[in-house]
Amino acid sequence: MSALLQLDKATIRFGGLTAVSELDLQIGRGELVGLIGPNGAGKTTAFNLITGVYQPTSGEINFDGQSIAGSPPYRITARGIARTFQNIRLFPSLTVFDNVRAVFHLHLRGDVRHALWRGKGFHAEEKSIADRVLELLEIFQLGKFRDEPAKSLSYGDQRRLEIVRALAAQPKLLLLDEPAAGMNATEKVELTRLIQFIKDKFQISILLVEHDMKVVMGICERIVVLDYGIKIAEGKPDEVRANPKVIAAYLGE
Amino acid sequence: MNFRHAKTFLLGAIALGFLASLFADKINPYWLFIFYDIGIGIVMAVSLNLINGYTGQFSLGHAGFMAVGAYTSAVITNQFGDLSFFAANGIFAVALLAGGLAAAVAGLLVGIPSLRLRGDYLAIVTLGFGEIIRVILQNMDKVGGARGLSVNHGWANLFWTFGLAAVTVYVVAALVNSTYGRGFIAVHDDEVAAEAMGINTTKYKVTAFVVGAFFAGIAGGLYAHSKQFLTPGGFGFMQSITFVVMVILGGMGNTIGVILAAILLTLLPEGLRMLSGIEHLPGFTAERPLGWIGDTRMIIYSLLLIVLMLTRPQGLFSFKKSSAPK
Repeated sequence: MSALLQLDKATIRFGGLTAVSELDLQIGRGELVGLIGPNGAGKTTAFNLITGVYQPTSGEINFDGQSIAGSPPYRITARGIARTFQNIRLFPSLTVFDNVRAVFHLHLRGDVRHALWRGKGFHAEEKSIADRVLELLEIFQLGKFRDEPAKSLSYGDQRRLEIVRALAAQPKLLLLDEPAAGMNATEKVELTRLIQFIKDKFQISILLVEHDMKVVMGICERIVVLDYGIKIAEGKPDEVRANPKVIAAYLGE
Repeated sequence: MNFRHAKTFLLGAIALGFLASLFADKINPYWLFIFYDIGIGIVMAVSLNLINGYTGQFSLGHAGFMAVGAYTSAVITNQFGDLSFFAANGIFAVALLAGGLAAAVAGLLVGIPSLRLRGDYLAIVTLGFGEIIRVILQNMDKVGGARGLSVNHGWANLFWTFGLAAVTVYVVAALVNSTYGRGFIAVHDDEVAAEAMGINTTKYKVTAFVVGAFFAGIAGGLYAHSKQFLTPGGFGFMQSITFVVMVILGGMGNTIGVILAAILLTLLPEGLRMLSGIEHLPGFTAERPLGWIGDTRMIIYSLLLIVLMLTRPQGLFSFKKSSAPK
């Protein structure tokens, strides 16, 4: 079976700087892959390449059998790749409910005319969306905050809401950008469980960018290591941990 | 806000405007014209609120769209002489629509730079656009240039002004209060996140500009046929600022607040004028004891705005945001 996401020699240059160089990466269906590397290794840039924020200078990106290099982010999301951000980017003035609801417009059958005419079909669709949003919020214990503005939630809850919002896009691949950043040890354990839970419950692939080795080593089936934009290692957590190149990149020689 | 009965509200408001227009000759013409101004102010402020408030694209050129609509509709109706009641209203409707469409095209042109520019930069571009419209009109001899353009027909009435104000409120509220419309606020809150969540931010921004400009154009048509005289100077930068102030004072992205602000800011200068006209006040010996207000009316108006901004920066009428449909 072909991989869900496949990067072939994906490269991006900013002027003289090659941020990501000839990156080959495959993610299979239902796989949980970790992407790690020291600061400035190009992890987030790789993320931005996959999600269409940046266009690759050269190379190919295929998702679900189709090329997505050059597509704008909103179209890539519609294809089935959703993400969270390293520094939480919710819609702060919208309520928790509306943060998730806004994403559902991807699955709308009606368009503007529906919203303007407000016929039976419109109300039925809005009702079914509301039900699905609440169901998602309940799964992640956020239902009680539905009418609070997103900015009033605690840090951990905001992180969770961001993941819920991404799941509302009904992705086949979920990209998590440093979800453990700023969390304490207990929260990290919870997060690890949450990621595992999402993978099992929603049957999706996950690509995880993370600094925290414990989190990554604990849950990822396969790990890809970047350093200065180049893939220096790939394999099972134990193999990667023992790889001298990886140790050198993280600790210096 | 509950929008279950939005259409009922819309039809009710239009019917009310129609009823009121039947009794228009019983209303003091001075007040009648203030009512027109209020209706036009509501159309302008609520449509600008879609661009500035909900979508977060700071536009300073709303009076420019209004000018496009005003001149377009006036040129059309000036082709006709005296008409029967139905023909006049029919032509007026067509002229208003044409003014709105012409302004919408202008809105499309301004919407395109908004895709690349944000915040202050966009504000400057829209400001420049408004000025370009004004200067073009000033140099177009066909529409009177700087001397202005007389509008032959005073077809604006309570039915048209309040009916169209109701339509504007309905359209903006219906757009925003839907799953589709949450996209406008998402673009306002965080463009990068909105794009990553599958929202076509380009389309949303251009839609906001086109819809906003369309209604500004309609307001322009109403204005032309109530004042019956247009000068390019009447659609300058200061006029745009007045509408922006209505939006800010009402609370960005708060339709009811913006409506109230439009009413208040239209009445305020007139109210101050009236205060200065009072002949006698108990406890004062001098005649017209508040006469000084007349001379300093605009200063007081500006001072009030400063005080309001300092004390209520979130908007004079900011209520809690609407919640999930029950």
